[in-house]
Amino acid sequence: MIAELSTAAALWWAVVVSGLYHGLNPGMGWPLAVSAALMEQKRSALPRALGLLALGHFLAMLAILLPFSLMLFLVEWETNIRIAAGAIVIVMGIYLLINRRHPKILARVHPARLALWSFLAANAHGAGLMLVPLFLGICAIDADTGHKAAEALMRGNVPTAFAVAFVHTAAMTIAGGVIAVIIYLWLGLRFLSKTWFNLDIAWAISLILVGAFGIYSALYGH
Amino acid sequence: MNLRPDPTFHASPKLAMQAPVENYGFTVMLSPDGSQSDGIAVVDLNPKSKTYGEIVHQVIVPTKGDEFHHFGWNACSSSLSPLTGHAFLERRYLIVPGIRSSRIFIIDVKEPLKAKIHKTIEPEEIFEKTGYSRPHTIHCGPEGIYVSTLGGGGKDGTDGPPGIFIMDCETFEVIGRYEMDRGKQDKHYDFWWNLPQDYMVSSEWGLPPQFENGVVPEDLLSNKYGHSIHFWDLRARKNVQTMDFGENYQMALEIRPAHDPTKSYGFCGVVVDTTNLQGAIFTWWRDDDGVWQSKKTITIDPRPEDPANLPPLLQGFGAVPPLVTDIDLSLDDKYLYVACWGLGEMHQYDVTDPMNPVLAGKVELGGIAKSEKHPNGKPFVYGPQMVEVSRDGKRVYWTNSLYSTWDDQFYPDDEGGQMVMANNDENGFHLDKDFYIDFPKGYRSHQIRLEGGDCSTDSFCYPSV
Repeated sequence: MIAELSTAAALWWAVVVSGLYHGLNPGMGWPLAVSAALMEQKRSALPRALGLLALGHFLAMLAILLPFSLMLFLVEWETNIRIAAGAIVIVMGIYLLINRRHPKILARVHPARLALWSFLAANAHGAGLMLVPLFLGICAIDADTGHKAAEALMRGNVPTAFAVAFVHTAAMTIAGGVIAVIIYLWLGLRFLSKTWFNLDIAWAISLILVGAFGIYSALYGH
Repeated sequence: MNLRPDPTFHASPKLAMQAPVENYGFTVMLSPDGSQSDGIAVVDLNPKSKTYGEIVHQVIVPTKGDEFHHFGWNACSSSLSPLTGHAFLERRYLIVPGIRSSRIFIIDVKEPLKAKIHKTIEPEEIFEKTGYSRPHTIHCGPEGIYVSTLGGGGKDGTDGPPGIFIMDCETFEVIGRYEMDRGKQDKHYDFWWNLPQDYMVSSEWGLPPQFENGVVPEDLLSNKYGHSIHFWDLRARKNVQTMDFGENYQMALEIRPAHDPTKSYGFCGVVVDTTNLQGAIFTWWRDDDGVWQSKKTITIDPRPEDPANLPPLLQGFGAVPPLVTDIDLSLDDKYLYVACWGLGEMHQYDVTDPMNPVLAGKVELGGIAKSEKHPNGKPFVYGPQMVEVSRDGKRVYWTNSLYSTWDDQFYPDDEGGQMVMANNDENGFHLDKDFYIDFPKGYRSHQIRLEGGDCSTDSFCYPSV
């Protein structure tokens, strides 16, 4: 029982950590919040821009997690679904490792439409997929501990999808927000390029590792 | 791909001004009659170097008759916008089009003294993928490298309007046309933009038959060269407003938007007003209703001259027109430099108030029926033309050739290429006696690019604070 709880806690922490990781990556948008505050010459533009970026990211997470939460209705296929999901995440990681180009469509978005840009950027980089193995793991623990009927399970999984997306996005927004505020208020724009690291390879490897974890836990864990 | 953004990418114009100064310049070498191959001269700009002010390397291309003119970088400070996803590009390649051949050379200048050709894009690829010809201005933008062209399809470039095409900023593959709705735009020259405000402005010279074999006096006097600028919704690729300065304002060329992205104004230089031979600068801006406006804010008068001293083209006028052929705005948006190629003058205007420019300094050099010598006693043929300002605003470089066939019409007795520099310091705006480059025999010079970016390359996504 204790082991199970600690596993659930670990998964939730992983959701938080992945959010912090996405948030610190300038490629997920925090420099746009700094830019908005400077362009509009008012501080309130910064939280507003962060809010729009968060909205886009949250919706991108839901767009990936909700279909999986509905699929879990097929309880007898649960292990297969989790293995397939892990495989998809690994494939996305390998794809990003091989194809190092940036999707041009992101550059076509109007600079003021931050929520749309954030939604597309998260999807293009497989940010939602990174959460799928964690989410499925959490759902599996819920199912094990509850021995619920299929319908109840489905009803339970949808709120879990919302909770995972929310916790992840909140962590992301806090991380990105803190660094945006520090640069805007204290450090100045010079640090914008100094804090920018190329995470492309690390990001792709993260997807592969999370996918592998998903398959492993489907076979040997919950 | 780098692990960190290129150190020459700067978030704001102010940061670019504070960055280390240029050590090298890159200048076009043009063989006006096509008897030699064109090239790019690498110029040593480090005053502490033994070879300061000399051409230290040349990249000469294998083909002839390309006519190098303008060129630009594969990447600039605009890469620091997360919207584009290009933060880890290197500022490493110069994109050098031949405006006569429509061939484009990609030159690797990572090691300036060993600069070499990285890739050649043949004219057929451009014709086939874009229907345009005669590539000209280069800017690195949201979806890749934007290239303006002066000609459409067909042998003389008049089959369809010219426009802008986009190249991939990593592979340099030609992707295709930019425009989705060009509106009234049917001629092309320069373009630039404000990336966060998402607008672009483009200008007009003339169609290829109007310039390739020299200026056509009948077309000029009947006001058939370009006299409009176009405002675009940059990402929607749509011409939202065409502004006609008036048909007498012939050849609306260089577009210089304020570098600070919070500002919604800029300048455009007009070569000649056919009613009085004046040169003119228009200030354009967006009003509170979002409509673009413009006003003529600078005029430069012609100089009366004995027709006997004038080239045949100008004898009927008895005057030397200023011929405003290039303008450049310092990164702090304070000084606008205006090349008066006919008069033989480089003007410096204080444009702190863009609606009321004030002449702050002036250098006289070369000029029609004047041929003012350099302070070192050597000649400066033609007049001050392509001008480039260092990022810190303290050094202003320029060359002398306008365009092969036009040089021969306005200065029939001159031949050669020179590059000079003026300082902008506590003593004002004045020529540097010790900086003078005479180009190798048979070569003329045109646009200059400075290592690490300059005042007509980089677009910024964050305001100066």
